[in-house]
Amino acid sequence: MGFNWRYLVAIIGIAAVAAMALTKLYSVPPQPVSGPNFAFSKPSDQGTYVVAIEPETTPVKQGELHSWIVTVKTPDGKPVESAKITVSGGMPAHGHGLPTSPEVTDHLGEGRYRVEGVKFSMAGLWELKFAISAPQGDDQAVFNLML
Amino acid sequence: MSRRRYLTFLPAALALSALLGCKPVPFTEAEKKAVASLSLSSLPPLPADPSNRYADEPAAAALGATLFFDQRLSRNGDVACSTCHLADRQFQDDRPLGVGISTTSRRTMPLADVARSPFLFWDGRRDSLWAQALGPLEDAREHGGTRAAYAHFVKDNFAARYAPIFGPLPDLSDVPASASPLGGETEKVAWAAMSEAQQEAVNRVFADIGKAIAAFERSIVHEKTRFDRFAEAVASGVEPEGDAALTDEEFAGLRLFVGKANCIECHNGPRFTDDHFHNTGIPPADGLSEDLGRQAGVAQVLADPFNCLGLYSDAAPEACKELRFMVKSGPELRRAYKTPSLRGVADRPPYMHAGQIPTLEAVVDHYARAPKSREGKSEVVPLKLSESERAALVAFLKTLSN
Ligand code: HEC
Ligand code: HEC
Repeated sequence: MGFNWRYLVAIIGIAAVAAMALTKLYSVPPQPVSGPNFAFSKPSDQGTYVVAIEPETTPVKQGELHSWIVTVKTPDGKPVESAKITVSGGMPAHGHGLPTSPEVTDHLGEGRYRVEGVKFSMAGLWELKFAISAPQGDDQAVFNLML
Repeated sequence: MSRRRYLTFLPAALALSALLGCKPVPFTEAEKKAVASLSLSSLPPLPADPSNRYADEPAAAALGATLFFDQRLSRNGDVACSTCHLADRQFQDDRPLGVGISTTSRRTMPLADVARSPFLFWDGRRDSLWAQALGPLEDAREHGGTRAAYAHFVKDNFAARYAPIFGPLPDLSDVPASASPLGGETEKVAWAAMSEAQQEAVNRVFADIGKAIAAFERSIVHEKTRFDRFAEAVASGVEPEGDAALTDEEFAGLRLFVGKANCIECHNGPRFTDDHFHNTGIPPADGLSEDLGRQAGVAQVLADPFNCLGLYSDAAPEACKELRFMVKSGPELRRAYKTPSLRGVADRPPYMHAGQIPTLEAVVDHYARAPKSREGKSEVVPLKLSESERAALVAFLKTLSN
């Protein structure tokens, strides 16, 4: 007979090796080459302010409303007391905004402001944007958070 | 081919049979975390409802249970909450559209763990369970009654159970037998003729009916299923046994759900919902009037006199965070609907807000095709799913039922 069963075994063997190599490949989570910056304190985009954020309660849980304290200072460390701050953000990878409309509800002094009504409705990379308007100028700071 | 070369292939062939025969590739750490996050054992304790000070009072819940099943709480004496929310059917009715006095324009929603949902109805037009309950009671297609009639009904039939919980019933002797700002013409006229104090007294009894029913509904919860037993085993690092062991197909479906198919983007957490509103491109059902979903729901919940910030709420305004910080406008609200839980989903076709999709297979096909939304923009992106992947997703969804 023309058919050699050993070839079949060989083909199955090659397929098996390839399949194992592939599953190995796919079971390793992809490593970001250059990840986003997760710092909670940074200069605003134009360098007008130094902005720091901090959740009021930790851990920050998916699906629960929580508040953050935002601290706004000038680059030489003076607190900015009369800032108007609006909050936006979302998930860049999914193209959607925040599930809620957070607002500044309190000015605590020393450049500190309470932002209430923040919610993250799923795990993943979120962006929080703070647009700041004060006598020093209009500027914004964008923070990345991994939930 | 020599004997030696054949032998070198033997281990590989054995490995393949192992691969095909039993164990799929084990979970990655990220997958394990996702699976654990869906398990009912990661459900936190039920949060308090500051807008309803009777929410956790057993006597209120007992009265609420009686009212939930009482058909006299309707215009024709035939409709109770349980007419559409059947206790032995996950508190839903298996119909594409709920039917009370006549046919409504939405699919009846199941009620397990509904007390955890910040906004009620497919469009979130109410912000508490007690405010929600007042809707069907006065909807002409559902119970079809009026708040004045319900206040009289409670006074005539439940005064002895009402007073110890909510305090003495008001004097209703001058209140018309039927009156409501939402009723028919004569009932609206009757309502307008009442004094403000009378209106407020009736509204308060009406709100209390809702608060009692809400206290009862807080006891309706999800039960663990095969998936939860599987997830618990995975979380504690033991081999799932008995019915907790998923078949290869179910396992593949779970992996798709948390991975490539990205269902977990919206159906997340132990209740398989993010409690949020999304346009997923479900076409409007034939023959119904325009339905804008969340866009209309936002306006209605803000205008509702029984909302968390209203006169009949027991919450301090600071506690009404969901309402105060909700997204109030934007194109993403158009035809957006609340993400439903997927627990028990295989046992309750048809699917979606007006029962538009008859089977789970057709649901998966909808997500694979991701049709454009008739109005607004669908958030769903097309998915390449093979026949076996579609079947696997459906097989996994079935592990969420007992
Ligand atoms: C005629 C059938 C019918 C009756 C009667 C009825 N419901 Fe419903 N229920 C529905 C439908 C349909 C929806 C979805 C409506 C919508 O989104 O517009 C719903 C939604 C709900 C929801 C929202 C669930 C969620 O996840 O948001 C709750 C809670 C509820 N009903 C409780 C009740 C209570 C309590 C009563 C009695 C006072 C009641 N229902 C009477 C059909 C009915
Ligand atoms: C963008 C958010 C989102 C994603 C992603 C998503 N869903 Fe949904 N799902 C929803 C919403 C919202 C509804 C209700 C839509 C409506 O009625 O208009 C829904 C409805 C359903 C229903 C019907 C449930 C019922 O009780 O009627 C099923 C089943 C379902 N989804 C399964 C899936 C599966 C499987 C995937 C992954 C392939 C998935 N969903 C991905 C948001 C989402």
